[in-house]
Amino acid sequence: MKGLIAKGSIRRRLVLQLGAVAAILSIAFFLVVQVVADRAAQDTQDNIIAAAATAIADALYADRDRVTLELPYSAFSMLGSISQDRVFYRVVERGQTLTGYDDLPISRKGISENTRRFASFTYRGEMVRAVTVVRSVSLRDERRAVTVTVAQTQRGRAVISSRITATATAIAAVFFMVATGLSFWAAQAALRPINRVARSVARRGPNDLRLVVGETPTELVPLVGALNSFIARLRVSLLRSEEFIADAAHRVRTPLATVRAQAELTHRRLNKPEHKKAIREMIRAIDESSRSAGQLLDHAMVTFRTDSLEKTPVDLVGLLAETCDRLAPTAELKDIEILRELPEDPFEIPGDPVLIQSALRNILDNAIKYSPDDSQITVRAFEDDGFWLQVRDQGRGFGDADLGKLSQRFSRGANVADIVGSGLGLTIADEVAGAHFGRLVISKNKKGAGACVSLVFAQP
Amino acid sequence: MCISRFCAALGAVALILAAFPVSAFEVEERHFFPAIAGDEVLRIISTADEDAFEPIIRAYQAQNPAVAVDYTIASSTEVMRAIYDEGAAFDLVISSAMDLQTKLANDGFALAYTSAQTETLPDWAIWRDQVFSFTQEPAVLVVSEAFFAEIGVPKNRRDLINLLRRESAWFKGRVGTYDVRTSGLGYLFATQDSRNIESYWRLTELMGGLKSPLYCCSSDMIRDVASGKLAFAYNVLGSYAASRLPETKGFHIVELEDFTSVMLRTVLMPVSVENQSAAHRMIDFLVTMKDRPDLVAASGLPPVDEAALDANTAMRPIRLGPGLLVFLDRLKRDRFLENWENSIVQD
Repeated sequence: MKGLIAKGSIRRRLVLQLGAVAAILSIAFFLVVQVVADRAAQDTQDNIIAAAATAIADALYADRDRVTLELPYSAFSMLGSISQDRVFYRVVERGQTLTGYDDLPISRKGISENTRRFASFTYRGEMVRAVTVVRSVSLRDERRAVTVTVAQTQRGRAVISSRITATATAIAAVFFMVATGLSFWAAQAALRPINRVARSVARRGPNDLRLVVGETPTELVPLVGALNSFIARLRVSLLRSEEFIADAAHRVRTPLATVRAQAELTHRRLNKPEHKKAIREMIRAIDESSRSAGQLLDHAMVTFRTDSLEKTPVDLVGLLAETCDRLAPTAELKDIEILRELPEDPFEIPGDPVLIQSALRNILDNAIKYSPDDSQITVRAFEDDGFWLQVRDQGRGFGDADLGKLSQRFSRGANVADIVGSGLGLTIADEVAGAHFGRLVISKNKKGAGACVSLVFAQP
Repeated sequence: MCISRFCAALGAVALILAAFPVSAFEVEERHFFPAIAGDEVLRIISTADEDAFEPIIRAYQAQNPAVAVDYTIASSTEVMRAIYDEGAAFDLVISSAMDLQTKLANDGFALAYTSAQTETLPDWAIWRDQVFSFTQEPAVLVVSEAFFAEIGVPKNRRDLINLLRRESAWFKGRVGTYDVRTSGLGYLFATQDSRNIESYWRLTELMGGLKSPLYCCSSDMIRDVASGKLAFAYNVLGSYAASRLPETKGFHIVELEDFTSVMLRTVLMPVSVENQSAAHRMIDFLVTMKDRPDLVAASGLPPVDEAALDANTAMRPIRLGPGLLVFLDRLKRDRFLENWENSIVQD
């Protein structure tokens, strides 16, 4: 479609945006889990070293004139059973190291009895987590504050963290993949109603100007509403122009009849052959004009009746015979014989008899018009994957014209410049066929020259 | 490597070098095993006798002909001093003092190493990929055959205590044990006993009351039991006793059924390592000794064997890890020795 530039796809945008959301959520999940895991691992380690430090503090006692300590085995074996981490400790009283590692940093700032203080620092070439607790020991009526520090390397914590991180990575990756798959599906599902409306509109025939009805998602109601109001306006405008044409044709036809009558009177009164010839030409032109006006009226009627098609059972064979009868006088004028090859049994379909007859009349009329004098027109009705109503003449045929375009309005064959015609006849036939879910088949006469036009209706 | 050529020229298999480089730690013996072909050197400081280790070194050299082995023997405390205090340059430290080895690793004096061979060790036999166990040696009771010819040998500590109480006159001065003040291994066994066995202090009190003589080493205790001077010796290193059995008559070995501490002989690679590749190969060689029954027999060192421990639930390998640091604590050690002296030295 010209002028309509497809730019960007809603589905792609939906998928990308949902995918981006999923990616952000996955990353956020990963980071949160990692932080939480790290915190949990840290808390676990903190609790264990604090328990060890408390156990050591509990083992402090006053022995004669000094503070001493019996290091509990459980304090360290506990640390050793959980991870293979290095352990350092230091017990300080009044700035003097009672036991442990003399160079282990100790921070007593802001620390009081029954509180504990955690710190992370590098000691002996490795990052350690340390806890410091203070315990008072009474020595000869004097309270001595003793500081106990326990430090542990963080290998066990790193192992826990990396294990949880690996799990979190796997979960985040799976989450991302599942979410991306679901977003594909969601985009597809969200766009399904749009596709449905688009398909139902695209499926329509060229003359189908019914309003779009049926279930429509809320978001599409404005679009479908606008489309419907556009269709309504279009219908009104089309109807108006058809009415105008019909009105105009009608108004032209009546004066034309008067002019024709006057011309015939004059023809009779004139004697000179050249004058008579001129008047005959005139009468022929008037006939063609009134025929065109008639076709315009037909066309307007077809358009109108198709729009609000009322279907009754129609016998196609009978209708074809009737049309032949009606046009027989016209054919006789040119000494044309209409050969009928009609079956005995009727073909019945639901349809509008007025329309179908109009279509048949136009086809047969065309055949008569383009047939040479003293020739034959064969009219057949037969069944071959549908009901075929076929009119075959021995005229000039359609020459090199594009057969597909002949049914378009005001389109005429390339070889008919010398014969007056509106180009509406096949258009009418085609529109009638379309309104009955049938088709117009135009082909060259297989047996010598001439045209072969068929109306094909589906069997009900 | 002038030393290597010098040794090769002398054709000496083992050599105690008089002109030893100046060092503060005390060396008992030093042996040099020249390379079969090549000039690499692997320097080992160890507490294990040359008798026990020579077959292992020879087998190692058969696989690594380019490596000469410089084998220095020192007591466990001197090994500790060499590495911890003096930073002496060695490629491997082999010691029966699990506590000191653990302290070396804990305080950052050991390097980590992993290989397919070290992976085969059970979890309890390895610490931080730095301390590798390669033997399991139980603390046993060595009893005199002559002494126990008529009465039954006690199978657990309760029977032992009852026997000592009942027959105190008979056992006076005839029960031997480690002097834990001088013997690192004796201290390790004693502290583990105190931790695991309710009756340890009672037993110590009893031995003190019996004026039991104190020994520095397993070999002396075995000698005195064999000669009949002692009725039995408590907490003797089982591997030594087993290796003396063929040549020394008059004693046999009893593994107590209530609880038996199992010492793990360990190897670690100190930070002063120079020949890492040779050290790695020696570690791999040691931890897979189970696959070489000939070496086990020749060295008398029972390899790490989880199945053997599973079969005897009384056997408890001493746990590697920070728990071993507790009894190295200055105050803890003072306190323990004070208790021990009060129990065993009764005047």
